[in-house]
Amino acid sequence: MILSYFWSILFISLHAMVPITLTAVGEIVGETAGLFNIGLEGILLISAFTGVMGAEAGGPWVGLLVGMGTGAMIGLVFSVINTYWKGNQMITGIGINLFAMGFVAFGLIMLGAPGFHAVSSSARMAPIRTPVGNLSPIILLALVVPFGVYWFLNRTRAGLILKAAGENPEAADVAGINVNLTRLLATTFGGMLAGLAGAYMSISWIGSVTKGISAGRGFIALATVVFSGLNPLFALLGGFIFGFFQSLATWIQNLPGSKAVPWQFISMIPYIVTLLVVAGVIGRVRFPKALGEPYKRE
Amino acid sequence: MNTRAETAEPRLRDAARRTLTGLNPALESLLAGVVGLLVGAILMWIWGYDPWKAYVALFQGAYGDSYGFASSIARGVPLILTALTFSICMRAGMFNIGAEGQVYMGAIAAVTVGYFSLPTGLHLIVGILFAMIAGGLWSLIPALLKTLRGVHEVISTIMFNWIAHFLAFFLVANVLVDPIRAERTISVPASARFPVLVRGTDLSYALFAAVAFALVIYFVLWHTVVGYEVRAAGLNPTAARYGGIKNRRTMLLSFILGGLGAGLAGATVVMGNPPTYAVISGLPQISNIGFDGMAVAMVGRNHPLGILVAAVFFGGLTAGGRTMQITAGVPLEMVRVVEGIIVVAMAIPELLRIFRILRHGVQRLLRRRSA
Repeated sequence: MILSYFWSILFISLHAMVPITLTAVGEIVGETAGLFNIGLEGILLISAFTGVMGAEAGGPWVGLLVGMGTGAMIGLVFSVINTYWKGNQMITGIGINLFAMGFVAFGLIMLGAPGFHAVSSSARMAPIRTPVGNLSPIILLALVVPFGVYWFLNRTRAGLILKAAGENPEAADVAGINVNLTRLLATTFGGMLAGLAGAYMSISWIGSVTKGISAGRGFIALATVVFSGLNPLFALLGGFIFGFFQSLATWIQNLPGSKAVPWQFISMIPYIVTLLVVAGVIGRVRFPKALGEPYKRE
Repeated sequence: MNTRAETAEPRLRDAARRTLTGLNPALESLLAGVVGLLVGAILMWIWGYDPWKAYVALFQGAYGDSYGFASSIARGVPLILTALTFSICMRAGMFNIGAEGQVYMGAIAAVTVGYFSLPTGLHLIVGILFAMIAGGLWSLIPALLKTLRGVHEVISTIMFNWIAHFLAFFLVANVLVDPIRAERTISVPASARFPVLVRGTDLSYALFAAVAFALVIYFVLWHTVVGYEVRAAGLNPTAARYGGIKNRRTMLLSFILGGLGAGLAGATVVMGNPPTYAVISGLPQISNIGFDGMAVAMVGRNHPLGILVAAVFFGGLTAGGRTMQITAGVPLEMVRVVEGIIVVAMAIPELLRIFRILRHGVQRLLRRRSA
């Protein structure tokens, strides 16, 4: 009995971990290069929607690719504005989020039902069946990607270039590094991972799209980045912790005795935990020096 | 005589240039608006709508007659206030996206005046104070997290929006619920309502409360020492600190001022919009006011006077959006798509310059084609 509870919480947590971890790891790459993207929430939302459209046209894997493409495209727009055009990263991010809210609400109406669209069964990604429950294959990806990115950032020359672009763009420029291009590639990659996360939510995990499917996960991912101190491996851990509290909230609501506590208070748990964790770890974290600043050649 | 004419000419040119650079921000806002509407048109066209018909319906609905115009202003009233919330913090160098949750708290607090009776007028003022205090308190916690623990305000305010969302849901459904009609809260009594300004529309005297708040913020930011400190901290926090400005205090102050504005925005909706004068479950009337306010702030260039103009524009988009939905069949949500594009366009400094570069590029391309 207790063992089955354990498995169910673990499995729900793993599923809830995926979007947070993937988005956070992508953002770590972007922030290492010096760009701060608060439009992740919007990317999750839009790619959850476009991913479903792709999946219903060509199957779940096509849907994932469409989601990644969508995320990469928005990341590209974001980075062009904030590298070559010296834009304001915060405002661009806010704009992306507003756009996403409108776009997905609009798109859902176009699909027929305002506010909700169930993914057709042929478009849903088949889970991996295990004796104790079903697992999404994307979980494996989310467990591997942080290690890959960790290796890339700390063990390759390209990773070093990325860090230089975020830490000291002037010096990087003098050393012959194309700062803007480096940042552009990093943020586009970050957008792509967020896009994958969004498509995963609708195609593989939840099986439907609503205009609130992202539910603040883009911002929880930002909090995870703070928690991780730009280390992708800690983003994996952070994603799991935040995912755990999210699933705990869902899980408590389904317990028979939980009616005593109003569901609204249980739903607050992940957001309160996020705040507490961020307030607890901050101060020990150091961010790249040029984070958030457009690079202008003197 | 001769020398005077010589000095007069450059002075005149100088004045002209200054006027032009003064106009530049307004031009850029206008250009961003055009970019937003264009991208919106392309999207509508892709989805098979007639963008021209949609926009004609939208702008006729928004500004075509006095009813539409009054509705546009009415929709703009709370946006003025949430835009100020964003702008004050932006001026202080921070990104406060917590207006949304503060509006909820303000609206909820305003409803509670329905539990007691006071003379007309005094009741209204008490309601306004309740709402402003609730908004201010809700904004105080992220501010303290920022000043004491260094938690980034984007993360804390967004988390507080979500907490406010669920708290408001709970309070509407379980505490403030109307005993006869379970889908909404008790109503604000007549003695605590903003009188209707234009009969038959939503436009009430709440407009004057919003404009007064904007003027107060303008005065505080540009004509007081604290206001100077807030702006100095925003322009260069390090220099401001060396200059003896206590950054923590300016942060707290700008957050609280913003919270007061957002709380007031909640009050203007609940106490100023006929016919319910209550919060409906699911929060349809008070949702997105905080987010839309950010767009208003950006287009209004974070200046109280610019915000007043921008709020009428965005209020018009929302009010006219309904007409667009009815006559052209384009869902109201298209308005927020346009809004998002406008904000992204506003993020680009020197939009005009990029526009010129693009135009040069196109011209060069065309010339090469024809050659």
